[in-house]
Amino acid sequence: MSPSSAARAVLPAGPALVPQTCRLCGAVSEPAPVAVCAECLGPLEPTYEKSRRLPTRQEIARRAPSLWRYREWLPLLGEPTVSLDSGFTPLVEVPVLARKLGVARAFVKNDAVSHPTLSFKDRVVATALNAAVALGVRTVGCASTGNLANAVAAQAARAGLSSWIFIPHDLELGKVVGTAVYGPNLVRVRGTYDDVNRLCAQVADRFGWGLVNINLRGYYGEGSKTMAFEIAEQLGWRLPSAVVVPMAGGSLLTKLHKGFAEFASAGLVEGPAPRLYGAQASGCAPIVDLVRRGDGVLRPVVPDTIARSIAIGNPADGRFASAAIRASGGWAQAVADPHLVEGIRTLARDAGIFTETAGGTTVAAALQLARGGHFRPDDEVVLCITGNGLKTVEALQGALPETPVIAPRLAEVAALVPSA
Amino acid sequence: MSVQIRIPGVLAPLTGGQTALQASGATVGEVVADLAGRFPRIAGKLRDARGEPYPYVVFYLNDDDIRFHSGFQTAVKDGDEIVVVPAIAGG
Repeated sequence: MSPSSAARAVLPAGPALVPQTCRLCGAVSEPAPVAVCAECLGPLEPTYEKSRRLPTRQEIARRAPSLWRYREWLPLLGEPTVSLDSGFTPLVEVPVLARKLGVARAFVKNDAVSHPTLSFKDRVVATALNAAVALGVRTVGCASTGNLANAVAAQAARAGLSSWIFIPHDLELGKVVGTAVYGPNLVRVRGTYDDVNRLCAQVADRFGWGLVNINLRGYYGEGSKTMAFEIAEQLGWRLPSAVVVPMAGGSLLTKLHKGFAEFASAGLVEGPAPRLYGAQASGCAPIVDLVRRGDGVLRPVVPDTIARSIAIGNPADGRFASAAIRASGGWAQAVADPHLVEGIRTLARDAGIFTETAGGTTVAAALQLARGGHFRPDDEVVLCITGNGLKTVEALQGALPETPVIAPRLAEVAALVPSA
Repeated sequence: MSVQIRIPGVLAPLTGGQTALQASGATVGEVVADLAGRFPRIAGKLRDARGEPYPYVVFYLNDDDIRFHSGFQTAVKDGDEIVVVPAIAGG
């Protein structure tokens, strides 16, 4: 028996799941690997019992440092059985960045060090795989721009689940290797992410697998809320005044909006909800365009940017993200590729954090928003850094200074030191 | 023109359980109208009140999103394939 089949044989049955409700028409669906409403094709979202007992700040603080410390706001009815230790990444204050943004305080929510695969996708995959186990699904998968592929491959391997992972054929090497190493069925598709996504919608229908961002999407998305919960707890049970978020499909921003509202509703935090600012690369900015036009009609684009992890031309949650941004009093900003590369370097130098292209987009967008007068001197701004730069080193080729190569002689070092 | 149209499984109860159907028309919109005429319950899941594509599905003609062409006015030819998928997916 292979290690993975041995793991499958002992995989425990997961806890039950909460039902799902359509965001458009309100129809209720029993737990199933289905993400759209049979009545109107709107998105299904987990529905929580309003009368359920919620933990106090003190009870949450005593729990293990993982995303499951907020389990009452996640779709499992009981304890998780797999992916137990994702989440609770650092919230890092960066005074230099605060000065550049012209705000009182600036923080980085650092999911570049998320466990186990160095991106925020570990959060959503943790909730999705527990849903898969609960539903008796033993083959999982995804359509991915890279980070999700890494997270599904790693967490499925550990859980003893089979996985089928679909990515655009020309992704960055680090993302391909960082998926293949876990032994999934990895398929590279000739086309853009949007082509992969369409194919996976058909694959989920045909094979009945649990594709985390397709037919398990309702459960999957809820994991993103934990980033909002952590920000609030790590600020000392307070809300920031502004949050800058990279946007691909638009789900993360939408779920942050929901997460902050849920903590306020539970009485765990007080005060106004944060203004939400969305960031995209200029070469793929359909949600930024939608926010700025304000007409509610998403116009898909064919992506053309080095920010591959957020290169989704037909974002599923675009309209919801746009609505959340406008409702919060925030705005949206697109940045050109050279600026996002500079954003990567800025965060590295100012915060000691090496992020990937999506993070560079977020930093560059924040700086442009600051120049546009969107922040206030008393603001506390959080930048959501969702991925690790070691996965996309290609983005920095030619952007860094030449490194000297010397003989092992002290005189050659001295020649490099300006004051020597 | 006779084309194949594939619909998502969630809509199969509205077409007698079929997800791959033959339909005819000169444009994507006409093919959809033909299908909607034969299976009236699916009409509102494919077209909105103005007769435009329902916003929670995406239509692909031979793998291309019809929004990059002429939407429902996009011409079809014999043997083409139209794929309909829920818009809420991915990311």
